[in-house]
Amino acid sequence: MQCIIDAMKAAPFEYTRVSTLAEACELLSEHGGDAKLIAGGQSLVPMMAMRLARPAWLVDINRLEELKHVEVRDDALVVGATVRQCVIERNADAIRSLPLMNRALKWVGHVQTRNRGTVGGSIVHADPSAEIPLVACVLDATLVLQDASGQSEVSAREFFFAPMVTAIAPEQCLAEIRFPVWKAARLGCSFEEVSIRHGDFALVSACAQVALDADGKCTQAALGIGGASPFPHALPEIGAMLEGKVLDEMLIEDAATAAADLIDPDGDLHATAEYRRFLARMLALRVLKAATEDALKKAAK
Amino acid sequence: MSEKLYPVSMTVNGTLRTAEVPSRLTLVDFLRDTLRLTGTHVGCEHGICGACSVILDGAPVRSCLMYAVQLDGCSVTTIEGLTRPDGTPSVLQDAFCEAHGLQCGYCTPGMIVASHALLESNPSPSEAEIRDAIGGNLCRCTGYQQIVDAVQLAAENIAKGAK
Repeated sequence: MQCIIDAMKAAPFEYTRVSTLAEACELLSEHGGDAKLIAGGQSLVPMMAMRLARPAWLVDINRLEELKHVEVRDDALVVGATVRQCVIERNADAIRSLPLMNRALKWVGHVQTRNRGTVGGSIVHADPSAEIPLVACVLDATLVLQDASGQSEVSAREFFFAPMVTAIAPEQCLAEIRFPVWKAARLGCSFEEVSIRHGDFALVSACAQVALDADGKCTQAALGIGGASPFPHALPEIGAMLEGKVLDEMLIEDAATAAADLIDPDGDLHATAEYRRFLARMLALRVLKAATEDALKKAAK
Repeated sequence: MSEKLYPVSMTVNGTLRTAEVPSRLTLVDFLRDTLRLTGTHVGCEHGICGACSVILDGAPVRSCLMYAVQLDGCSVTTIEGLTRPDGTPSVLQDAFCEAHGLQCGYCTPGMIVASHALLESNPSPSEAEIRDAIGGNLCRCTGYQQIVDAVQLAAENIAKGAK
């Protein structure tokens, strides 16, 4: 046994598998920043292997039935925090009411990581290039946070501050995410990204959702850019620019240019700032076009 | 200093295995070092390469990204559990040999686990579906083409009734 212990990568921790959310919150309030919740572990375990994270307490919430619901409630798709990504890929309610999420999941990791990774885990991990947080911001989802004293709600657009830095406090657990469902009959959406290998971190990603009326005029639009800001970047300014108009090629070109002007990407080893801005404009153009075409294919009620 | 040990009991390739493990022991280290099932390979140890793929309760997962203690009561199938009951290679494993789906063999257990899971849910996958299913598994020898060929060959052989 000693030789295995010598070779283990993570720092030692105390492990507790909880059976209720209240128990998890109690442990978090007791240990604060020394404790970490684990669900799918697809981001946390690598960070622990590299000792970028070394919690003294690991609280396993994988088996909490109260965090595994997927249901349509009050014009929102409500997803429990530990619902696995592969479950959303196959869930009929999610496919029908939140098509943008399914477009996004095609870009999330690989089969093996989606089988384990959770929707809530991706959000609280807050990688600025991750797809699920971008969808949450673009649709302005509501995040429900639980701690020992009760529940609070925060808008996804106010949740992400910087890479891996969010509004969640050490004693809070993300309980559920409420993604707004757009009621329009002519709804279109698209998610595109550029990465080194499909499933790797996005250099830049973009997603759009548009709703059109019977005459083809835009009634609601949302666009966001990932990987080009320190947080998933929703651009409500672009939505406002498109609403009430017919989304022709000229308008979409202008919107994509405006979107690229609203972001301020950094350069790194993988892509220069200039290349990221170029990608942001190109991807914004593609997703707005594809979302519009998707909506135009659908009959008005 | 001795580290605290946690009891864990899981079914591995159909057999109930019980042990006491440190909390930070990953599933892949548990399989290889505790159970001596060294068919599952350990590559990057942080979820990139796919060499450590195993089947957990029916779905392929990366065994370096979970701790053994988490899997109490679960059922795991490793590459050793994918042979025919008499221990000879399965149709899929034979196809990897026949189509030269491996060279150094390091990625092969992960490739076979991923392909096995694909064929279980989709017995006649397209080339794109095969590439998607093994998209999370790195191979530095074959250039992937023979691996895709091997999975296609296995699907054809299974369709012809091979068992």
